[in-house]
Amino acid sequence: MTSFMSNLSSIGPEFVLTMTALALLVGGAIRGERAGGMINAISVVALLGAAVLGLKSAGADPTQAFGGALILDRLALFAKTAILLSAALVLVIGSGFLKIEKIVKYEYAVLTLLATLGMMVMVSANDLLTLYVGLELQSLALYVLAAFNRSSLRASEAGLKYFVLGALSSGLLLYGMSMIYGFAGTTRFEGIAQAAHLDASVGLIIGVVFVLSGLAFKISAVPFHMWTPDVYQGAPTPVTAFFASAPKFAAITLIARLLLGPFADMMDQWQQVLVALSVLSMTVGYFGAIMQRNIKRLMAYSSIANMGYAMIALAAGSQRGLEALLLYMGLYLITTLGMFACILAMRQSEGMAENIDDLSGLSQSRPGLALSFSLLLFSIAGLPPLAGFFGKLYIFLAAVDGGLLWLAIYGAVLSVVGAFYYLRIVKIMWFDDPAPAFVPSGFVLPLTAGIAAFMMLPGAFWLLPALERWSMAAAASLF
Amino acid sequence: MNALPHILSLITFLPLVGALVLLVFRASARGEDAAVIDRNAPSVALATSLITFGLSIWALMDFNIADPSFQFVEKADWFGGMSYHLGADGISLSLVVLTTFLMPLCFIASWGVVKKRITEYMVAFLILETLMIGVFFSLDIVLFYIFFEAGLIPMFLIIGVWGGPDRVYAAFKFFLYTLLGSVLMLVAVVAMILTAGTTDMTVLLGFDFPAGMQTWLWLGFFASFAVKMPMWPVHTWLPDAHVQAPTAGSVILAGVLLKMGGYGFIRFSLPMFPDASQMFAPMVFTLSVVAIIYTSLVAFRQTDMKKLIAYSSVAHMGFVTIGIFSMNVIGVQGAMFQMISHGVVSGALFLIVGVIYDRMHTREIAAYGGLASRMPVYATVFMLFTMANVGLPGTSGFIGEFLTMAGGYLVSSWIAFGAAFGVILSAVYALTLYKRVVYGSITNDKLNDITDMVRREVITFSPLVVVTILFGIWPSLVTDLTGPAVEALVEHIAAAAPAVQ
Repeated sequence: MTSFMSNLSSIGPEFVLTMTALALLVGGAIRGERAGGMINAISVVALLGAAVLGLKSAGADPTQAFGGALILDRLALFAKTAILLSAALVLVIGSGFLKIEKIVKYEYAVLTLLATLGMMVMVSANDLLTLYVGLELQSLALYVLAAFNRSSLRASEAGLKYFVLGALSSGLLLYGMSMIYGFAGTTRFEGIAQAAHLDASVGLIIGVVFVLSGLAFKISAVPFHMWTPDVYQGAPTPVTAFFASAPKFAAITLIARLLLGPFADMMDQWQQVLVALSVLSMTVGYFGAIMQRNIKRLMAYSSIANMGYAMIALAAGSQRGLEALLLYMGLYLITTLGMFACILAMRQSEGMAENIDDLSGLSQSRPGLALSFSLLLFSIAGLPPLAGFFGKLYIFLAAVDGGLLWLAIYGAVLSVVGAFYYLRIVKIMWFDDPAPAFVPSGFVLPLTAGIAAFMMLPGAFWLLPALERWSMAAAASLF
Repeated sequence: MNALPHILSLITFLPLVGALVLLVFRASARGEDAAVIDRNAPSVALATSLITFGLSIWALMDFNIADPSFQFVEKADWFGGMSYHLGADGISLSLVVLTTFLMPLCFIASWGVVKKRITEYMVAFLILETLMIGVFFSLDIVLFYIFFEAGLIPMFLIIGVWGGPDRVYAAFKFFLYTLLGSVLMLVAVVAMILTAGTTDMTVLLGFDFPAGMQTWLWLGFFASFAVKMPMWPVHTWLPDAHVQAPTAGSVILAGVLLKMGGYGFIRFSLPMFPDASQMFAPMVFTLSVVAIIYTSLVAFRQTDMKKLIAYSSVAHMGFVTIGIFSMNVIGVQGAMFQMISHGVVSGALFLIVGVIYDRMHTREIAAYGGLASRMPVYATVFMLFTMANVGLPGTSGFIGEFLTMAGGYLVSSWIAFGAAFGVILSAVYALTLYKRVVYGSITNDKLNDITDMVRREVITFSPLVVVTILFGIWPSLVTDLTGPAVEALVEHIAAAAPAVQ
């Protein structure tokens, strides 16, 4: 009994989310559609509460729960906090959109909570089965969210496409896991690590490659990226914002835990795979974005490219690499959410504006919003003195340190291509003549964008040392 | 004078403070107030830049000229092993004074000329000033890189928002060219940090990088500085950027931004990679001589005045690279002098084009002719700067060209031979330009009621005229300031790479 209680206490945040999601499901079923707004608010509180609870209850030493199926260390804590906060922010910035589009449904918040729960299980998984359960919980909730706007043909298409391809990737993942189990004789990470240490057999290698392929789908690494542009475009914009933020963080943390934990001794094998994925993702992501007219599709390619960058850090396979990865992903989350706040503010009288050209002359019609958006774009392009530059710098440091000089050079050169298309948006906002102005969007969206942009400025560089410290502590837990 | 604490930070960040003040007032103003802010923004910007100039003169007075080491050093730890580390020696201080000297002139030149988004214009220029000064004062390599690359953003906006008809193309070309060079330098910087284990430039300056590694690092830095300089054949962004940029933008581009390339060679490439600099010096000389002759010929064929001056800038920068890579005291001193002289002279030439462009809204040489009869003051000023551009003794242009050629001659007489062609060719294109614009009879009827320089323009040019002549007859004003640092640099190279000469 005591062991059950101690297990329960170590999954406090997950427990809170589960109970809230179930209660809201019942409450929503009773109260019907009218309760949508209220349920949204309660969910935000639950997410923030879970984040606080997680931070408060975290001990200094890593602990395991449920007989080693889950692990709670600094890495999990860092990832969970980031995931919870970004999920809460997505609910906040998305509520206005849902109201105007008249798709306020209580399932939205509940599904977001469940997806978040899945991600939290993913990042503290210490067993292949826990990993799979978390991943599927997340994915199933996200499939439904993608098709959430039932009356939209595009959204339904997006949901279906995501589901079919996602099922395929789950198949790959399960097949890889079965190989690993067959050759290692266990699903527990420590056991796999021992097996890999003794003998990196062909079966294990095949297993790792398949698992990696399945997970690459989740972070939309090329060549497993096909779904991304369509789903980003088709899904309701707040859902797209969610796709681009928390799940990416969760999946890449999971990959890091897997590769640097149980498969650390097989680095020679998986490093090549990661380098290939990284090169392909950066190439397709950066070049693919150039010709995009739709801002959501552009964001899809941008996230593909950014994941390619993140994989450079991971491919370095070192503590420095993991630290760079976490710092980069932390900055990526803030920037992406800020940018989606800007995109959500792009509303004309006849509906959402999604074309990049609709931003034309924004610097004259909405100077504040244009300034925030531009700063975020400059930051994600990696230009100093904005914070995004430091993300890139840390990745280059990790890559060169890990002997991946050419990968660093390739990434650096391709970032110029990236700068080109990010700058194109800046150009449209600042150099072109004003298009019809957007309708006022309330204070939440510009404020979110403004805060995110402010955090990128040198004036807010207290953020970077703090983020660096947390990343360092989190990275240390795997080494 | 008494030393002012944190004077380097003050000089660096005062313009930024001015920019933020303007930005906050502009953002909070509505309707009528916004127009008031727009009206007063130029005065605020001018005052800020004048105070900055005053502070930099104060620093100059306090500066111990005989001491080659870094002075007024400020250091505070940052995160990740980086530090906020500033310091000035003769090389950096002279370029900072050039920057703070040109900046107020840019604001005066823009007075009443810039009509749209005035506050934003002033803000962009003030932010750019902070970033340019920061480049010269930084003693932390990451901090340097931040300032160096961040300058692209305001310049991109200046060209793109206030530029000519083809501004978008020019802004992108400028940005992407320079960025591509910069990111290669970033990889080299990363490799240096990992090898030396520090970002402190004072340590890196004495760090002995392995010879094989130096080659790669040198090439990484070269990619960035050669584009910035710009050296042939990566100079093509410059004419486009100059033609499309507003007048003040051209002045800053030619006057200061190009100098960052030369400063980079002197501060990084030479002392940190002496072996590689030795190895690549013949290549640099070749490129420089080609640049001097080729771009002079190209300049001669231009029909657009700004483009002509832009190409002439590339040619003059060729002298700078020759001086730097001759790696002897006279050559590097000449390069420093040439950079400062060119900053003043080419800045003045772009302002001269701006004067008639503001009146006639064309920069076509063919549209002018016979201005001497209508604009005598203008013709005189134009004459002076044409002569300085040609390198006539008595003007600052002569000293720079002479010293760099002398430095080149010490290495190889062929270099001086090639460069001397440039001097002749510069006379050809510069005098032709002067003749076609100022002499002859008026053929374009619109020129009949063109007015001579107004008081604002006279105020703009007076300091430039004074400096050009003063430096021409009293060059030790500059060379005494840069001398000790340059001598220390040359000694350091000779000690680090004994293969020299």
